[in-house]
Amino acid sequence: MSAIANSIFSPEAAARFDKLATIYPVKRSALVPMLLYAQDEIGYVSEAAIQEIAKRLDLFDLDVRNVLSYYSMLRTKPAGKYNVQVCTNISCMLRGGYEILDHCKAKLGIGHKQVTADGQFSLEEVECIGACCWAPAMQVNYDFHDDLTTIKVDAILQDYAEGRGKDVK
Amino acid sequence: MADVTITVDGKKVTAPAGTLLIEACKTAGIEIPAFCYYPGLSLQGACRMCVVRQEKNPKLATACTTAIADGQVFFTETPEITQARKATLQLLLGNHPLDCPVCDAGGECELQDMTFKYGAADSFYAEPKNHREEQKWSPVVYFDRPRCILCYRCVRMCGEGMDVFALGIQNRGSSSVIAPNSPAALNPDDLAHVDCEQCGMCIDACPVGALTSGTYRYKTRPWEMNHVATVCTHCGDGCKTTLGVRSTSDGAEIVRGDNRDKSGMNGDFLCNKGRYAFDFANHDDRITTPLVRNAAGKLEAASWEAAFDHIGRKLRMDVDTRGGETIGVIGGNRLTNEEAYLLQKFARTVLKTNNIDHHRTADHVAFAQALAGQSGRTASLRDTLTSKTVLVVGGDPSNQSPATAWNLRTAVRNSGAKLYIANTEDIKLRRQAKAFVKLQPFGYGALAGFLAGDDSAGSSAVNDVEALKTFRETLKAAEGLLILVGSELRGGDLKKLVEFGLSIPDAKFALLSDYVNSRGAADMGLLPDMLPGYTPLGSERFAEYGKASTPGLDMLEMFDAAAAGKLSALYVVGANPVLRYGIDSAALKDTFVVVQEMFMTETAVLADVVLPAANLYEKAGSVTNHYGDLQQVNKAGDRAGVRSDFEMIVRVADKMGAHIPTLIPFGKGLRSDMGQTRGAQSGEADRHAVWLTAQNLEPRLSPFDPMAILDEIQRLVPGYDKVLRLQLLSGNDQHLETDSTLVQIAGQRKDLVLPSGDTLFTSGTLGHYSAMLLDLQANESRRLPVLDQTAAD
Ligand code: SF4
Ligand code: SF4
Ligand code: SF4
Ligand code: FES
Ligand code: FES
Repeated sequence: MSAIANSIFSPEAAARFDKLATIYPVKRSALVPMLLYAQDEIGYVSEAAIQEIAKRLDLFDLDVRNVLSYYSMLRTKPAGKYNVQVCTNISCMLRGGYEILDHCKAKLGIGHKQVTADGQFSLEEVECIGACCWAPAMQVNYDFHDDLTTIKVDAILQDYAEGRGKDVK
Repeated sequence: MADVTITVDGKKVTAPAGTLLIEACKTAGIEIPAFCYYPGLSLQGACRMCVVRQEKNPKLATACTTAIADGQVFFTETPEITQARKATLQLLLGNHPLDCPVCDAGGECELQDMTFKYGAADSFYAEPKNHREEQKWSPVVYFDRPRCILCYRCVRMCGEGMDVFALGIQNRGSSSVIAPNSPAALNPDDLAHVDCEQCGMCIDACPVGALTSGTYRYKTRPWEMNHVATVCTHCGDGCKTTLGVRSTSDGAEIVRGDNRDKSGMNGDFLCNKGRYAFDFANHDDRITTPLVRNAAGKLEAASWEAAFDHIGRKLRMDVDTRGGETIGVIGGNRLTNEEAYLLQKFARTVLKTNNIDHHRTADHVAFAQALAGQSGRTASLRDTLTSKTVLVVGGDPSNQSPATAWNLRTAVRNSGAKLYIANTEDIKLRRQAKAFVKLQPFGYGALAGFLAGDDSAGSSAVNDVEALKTFRETLKAAEGLLILVGSELRGGDLKKLVEFGLSIPDAKFALLSDYVNSRGAADMGLLPDMLPGYTPLGSERFAEYGKASTPGLDMLEMFDAAAAGKLSALYVVGANPVLRYGIDSAALKDTFVVVQEMFMTETAVLADVVLPAANLYEKAGSVTNHYGDLQQVNKAGDRAGVRSDFEMIVRVADKMGAHIPTLIPFGKGLRSDMGQTRGAQSGEADRHAVWLTAQNLEPRLSPFDPMAILDEIQRLVPGYDKVLRLQLLSGNDQHLETDSTLVQIAGQRKDLVLPSGDTLFTSGTLGHYSAMLLDLQANESRRLPVLDQTAAD
């Protein structure tokens, strides 16, 4: 049974959270993983998720918000079904990261942290995603795409638009 | 820890090992600038203003986080350091609005001072500044984000200091921002708010003008005020506070309450009441002219002379025809000691009655009796900061005695004090407690009995008697135990608890009550059965009062007598018994009622004469907090048309034909034959004059000088004979002990204690006239959760 009555999360996620809260010497250490898993499940960190996580970890809602707002990878608003994250950090920048970003902007018709009208895509400019050897790189949800060119990007976006990409968040 | 010696700028500085460099320097008179460092709070090392150079250390070090060790060599002002600090300032100013000309902190801003000192006036940033509108987080807390330098003092102050954790820090890097706990998205008005105790400590700690106070913001400039140090009029802790005063056309208006010199027992602390709730003094409804009930039964403005005349004549007649025992006197909990003393002396010697009482908010009499014959057993508020072990039985200091709670939290946090709590409620202070015993409803008597050794009482106090036994054993073994007692414990229960404490070597006690001078009112004898200093009626010590030794009527008996038509007159000074005791107005229809008040309270509207009174912030004298700490009260505000209670009592006595030099010892003394022992002129010497001579004091020149009464208090009131004038007049607190060898109480006394039930946002009748407190009550959502663990644990 979940440690919290009427959890807003799925039974599996709730069970995972129950366990998370017990494996660190201090309960609140589970905060960042919990936020990430909550985002994976709901698509973003909702107000209800903040409150439940605070309760689970004996924290104030404010504590959760303080941490949540620190990390740019955690969001408090829904992203698109496919969240496109384009790296413009040093290696990618040198190898045309900004062109890729501008291309995505033009192609999707949205800017940084925006979502397309149909909710299919969202776009983000991000810092290094650890794929420098194959720069420029981008990440769509949890999938990496590297050695990008604008042509390659078109194909990738096309695949997702037509439902051929993985949509696990 | 052992002392070590370091060298700072070529000067030898000695301090205990491990002292922070910044503190060691401060003690040695070397100033190191600091924004994020705040004594008593955790270290942040965020601002880099305190950088110094340590010999052989490749980088500049922060003085606020460097613990000193023997032989270290530091430099605190070199061109390199100056340049580093200047650069820090330039960064801070990069996004700063530089609106000093309108900023509340202008003139007392640490950023301004440092910019001035380091000449960081030129900015290299051409980018547009990040402007944000000012936010109103609560009626008293406003936030101006652009002015914030992100020192985190407020966050730590609220979390560690207040144990509220209402402020946080959100986002990252240059977009970091201080955020309150109630976000805009969750509020109907779509604005962020702070759901908290509204103490204003965050505002006080803020080195700049980013956090400003609802009462003071944009009202005046710091240098336009006079600053008067006095004592807060609200709860029984009696914090030292500094009132900022500005002249107006009808007197002097108080515009700010704060804690500038931090020399009081409250250290850094003031709660919301001390900080904001002075506004009753400026309330529009203040009475500023005497009111006398006319033939048509309406209260009508009258001249002071006519009002005093009327009262004097009527009271004289009542004393002469119906006798003093038909007159009742009720004093207040916010009078000065001098006024309380004078009032009871006026009652006992001029009105010739012992029918005198006040609203009792704790059983100070039983407490004094329980400690009879002991010395060194009563605690000062200062002890709450230094005691190693503290037991709090009853009460709720976070709400009722906020400064006590602040000191206890500080002691637990910074000095490892151990706190033990027994309460019927889950009071907030339990979060700092080593052990918390949740008592059964009304379980205090049983607890006191159990602690004092009656094991059979345990089961009526708690569910788990075994745990309570451990609790008792722990306390018994405690060193330097301080026992704070709430007003729930009275009479026999209180005595049992004290008895238990007395079995522990060096244990000290304090009894907590509700108002600034509740203790003083009891000490000064506003009681029907006790003279000042808890001296029995008829005692030789007060021989000059005459010998009336029958106890008078208490508060409730007076109103019963009035209802039965047996009370000819009732004289009320600074009290609102009609509301407090739910008195039916018809009860007073046959009684001549005189009320000295600031407002038309529930009691004042029933009066035959209302005299407009000054409040504690508008007069001078002394008060005694519930610990027994005596402090000086100074006149800060002023209001045309009102008079001090002291002056009014003297005038009434005069109109009654009383011999004023007997009532107020002023002038040259009563007899010229001081000490003559033979002949027709022999008789008792003028004891007061003799005493003055012995003390090397001059007689006072004015009958309106409260100091004249202080002289008499010091001469006559047990315990107060120890008053140190220099200490008092320097604005320092001093702890007084009741000389309880004298206390004898025959038989069982009635329990007339009625705690006020005040919270952080109420303050008896006075609170009804504080717009700020009313606003805070309306604002209060009381969602403040109390957690057992928090981020800072
Ligand atoms: S007013 Fe007091 S309780 Fe409220 S946020 Fe400021 S420090 Fe915290
Ligand atoms: S609001 Fe004031 S105290 Fe708080 S971080 Fe900003 S400057 Fe420091
Ligand atoms: S703690 Fe009590 S005495 Fe101190 S400021 Fe608050 S109300 Fe006044
Ligand atoms: S810089 Fe783009 S992946 Fe590392
Ligand atoms: S005062 Fe030392 S870093 Fe801020």
